[in-house]
Amino acid sequence: MAQQPFTRCRDYPARPQQVYLMGTCLVDSFDPQAGMDAIQFLQHHGVEVLFPQQQSCCGQPAFNSGFDDEARQVARQQLKAFAADIPVVVMMGSCAAMLHCDYARLFEGQPEEAQAKALAARTFEFTEFVDRVLCLPPLPASGERVVLHTSCSARRSMGVAECHQRVLQNSGVEVVEPNRVTECCGFGGTFALKQGDISAAMACDKAEAVAACGVDTLVSADCGCLMNIGGTLAKQGRPIKTRHIASLLRQRQEESL
Amino acid sequence: MTVQNYDPALMAAQVDNDEKAFADLRQRHFKARAKLSLENEQLRGSFLGATDFLQAKRRAVFEDTSELEHLRDRGEAIRQQSLAQLPDLLETLEKNLTANGIQVHWAETAEQACAHVHSILAANNARTVVKGKSMVSEEIELNHYLEKQGIECLESDMGEYLVQLAKEMPSHIIMPAIHKTTAQIARLMHSRAERSDGQPVPYTEDVDELIGNARAILRDKFASADAGISGVNMAIANTGTLCLVENEGNGRMSTTAPPIHIAITGIEKVVADLADVPDLLSLLTRSATGQHISTYFNMISSPRKTGELDGPEQVHLVLVDNGRSRMFNHPQLKPTLQCIRCGACMNHCPVYARIGGHAYGSTYPGPIGQVVTPQMQGLDKQGELVSACTLNGACGEACPVRIPLPKLIRELRHEANSTAPASELDIPGKGSQRHLGEAVVWKGWALAHQYGPVYRSMTWALSRGRSLMPHRLGAWTATRTMPMPAEKSLHELAKAAGIQQQPSGVEDPS
Ligand code: SF4
Repeated sequence: MAQQPFTRCRDYPARPQQVYLMGTCLVDSFDPQAGMDAIQFLQHHGVEVLFPQQQSCCGQPAFNSGFDDEARQVARQQLKAFAADIPVVVMMGSCAAMLHCDYARLFEGQPEEAQAKALAARTFEFTEFVDRVLCLPPLPASGERVVLHTSCSARRSMGVAECHQRVLQNSGVEVVEPNRVTECCGFGGTFALKQGDISAAMACDKAEAVAACGVDTLVSADCGCLMNIGGTLAKQGRPIKTRHIASLLRQRQEESL
Repeated sequence: MTVQNYDPALMAAQVDNDEKAFADLRQRHFKARAKLSLENEQLRGSFLGATDFLQAKRRAVFEDTSELEHLRDRGEAIRQQSLAQLPDLLETLEKNLTANGIQVHWAETAEQACAHVHSILAANNARTVVKGKSMVSEEIELNHYLEKQGIECLESDMGEYLVQLAKEMPSHIIMPAIHKTTAQIARLMHSRAERSDGQPVPYTEDVDELIGNARAILRDKFASADAGISGVNMAIANTGTLCLVENEGNGRMSTTAPPIHIAITGIEKVVADLADVPDLLSLLTRSATGQHISTYFNMISSPRKTGELDGPEQVHLVLVDNGRSRMFNHPQLKPTLQCIRCGACMNHCPVYARIGGHAYGSTYPGPIGQVVTPQMQGLDKQGELVSACTLNGACGEACPVRIPLPKLIRELRHEANSTAPASELDIPGKGSQRHLGEAVVWKGWALAHQYGPVYRSMTWALSRGRSLMPHRLGAWTATRTMPMPAEKSLHELAKAAGIQQQPSGVEDPS
């Protein structure tokens, strides 16, 4: 039984001329093509994408481990890289949540507090931006079916579970969701290393639920979850490939040209 | 249903085995406890089944999600307002309870709380006690204390009764015996429960019969006990009333049948007014068990008055601090005290669902336990609990009084690794989880990620060295394949594609 998706109230701007793309460190090294797909997808819809070479990581790994000073040092670099007053589109729900929900706390009482809050206000998760700001006309059905895993940060911190679903449906693919759809996959950043046994148990249950859908593609907008669930599926020898939602949207866009 | 073919000796041995397994689990470190629990298929199945069931029940009773969110706002506001005036409310509570004839005792520590209870019992020559469910009494290990003083303290809540028979601890704050199967309970009752005529109860796996057997035993105890002990769900300051929520009637029996009633609660349970009660009660029962209202709701406002035919002659309230003042004074961790102990956070926690309550090794398991326990017992002793969380947020989403549990867990991780100078308000064991190895890793990580060129050379090296990547990475690769870096990073691809970095006129920050 699916829970009603939680939707957050937030004001959205009209379609801007330019946006920054925050690739995130995981996409940067492990799925850079997803970043390029996102850039091309957005450019195709008339939004110029800027990619500051000075960006690195949002700082979340250290922040969630309780190392605030280290998180701040790294986050400061992002404040500089994304300084201009244009929207920031983030490739992963958890990094978007770090900027949107946690930067204010991280920089509380610091000289950059106002800057951090301003950045938080113009930060959008990728599917959120596509769904709420681009507002695209639907593409014809492709007959393709995908299993969707929505990360916990996308669902609960950003409140964009519905955006994930809508952008996929809108692109013409059929979305299947696994049993216990709202449950965490067990990644949790350093949790996967610090509490390896519990993490593995959660990932195995999630992989089981994904495999039970009988669909050969798993999509998500969070690289961490995809590496966790996908890595578990691969180890189990199950032929299910993982893709970032941006890559699927770009593929559908190209197919419909 | 009565089973004919069974071997009582074998059954007793199985019950002893369960007890040994529990004692063995208690000896271990958190990780080992979690591992043992994960390997126990039966346990995993029962917890996952139970949490699925409880989640569905809660969902069904909160059908109207906007009403739920509105009620959660109310619950949060009531609890926050109560905490904002906590010292005053406690004074008012004491004044009004005393006026009502209820004697108030203050305990700063668990030890003091136990000693208060003992001295009340001793002053009245009480040797036998029946207890309603009380998590605070578990927290202060009251049974153990009284046992050492030669006082028999019998749990009368069905789940607590079973846990006591089994010589275990509750594995859930609302459903203490949730980890036990019907067959285990049947064996336990048959081997360890004793009827008042000294006979063992007949073996049965029929749930109604099992409960009937326990009820018969407990009835006699209620009638003969020298004193009753209970918890408190809410204490109303302005009227001097103690509220007790329960489903079995054992709470009412424990608080009315014996001549003395001792209630024990944490100082945070106070609310200002009767008007605060309905919303909190509705949130509590719906979040805990998916019930619109519990079977019993007791409001205790005085001992037996002259001319009344029943009720205890004395009523006492022991107000326990045990670290709560410290939580109250901590600006970030204060919301810990909003808790109404409904258990919804554990019912929604994917970690709890897999390892079960005993793995936490503390009175309070699950998310609220991860927040409360280190603050009570110290980060040095229970600090590892805060690492057993993915910060997925399901608990915070379920909490009826909107305690930001993931935020608090993260805050405790910060405290656990803190190098700030010690202060009086510190959580015990602050900084105790900081290990040189990890601290160095994060320092290095920060260096690598705070300078663009350093970061880019690192990702460059990672992609060029991908063929040299190890195929194993600790726990990760035991059940997963190793993630493979791409040949070129997104930074490189974007640069090669000529993607601009900044709007025209804005300088590159390097
Ligand atoms: S923290 Fe919230 S959900 Fe958990 S027991 Fe307390 S009130 Fe219930």
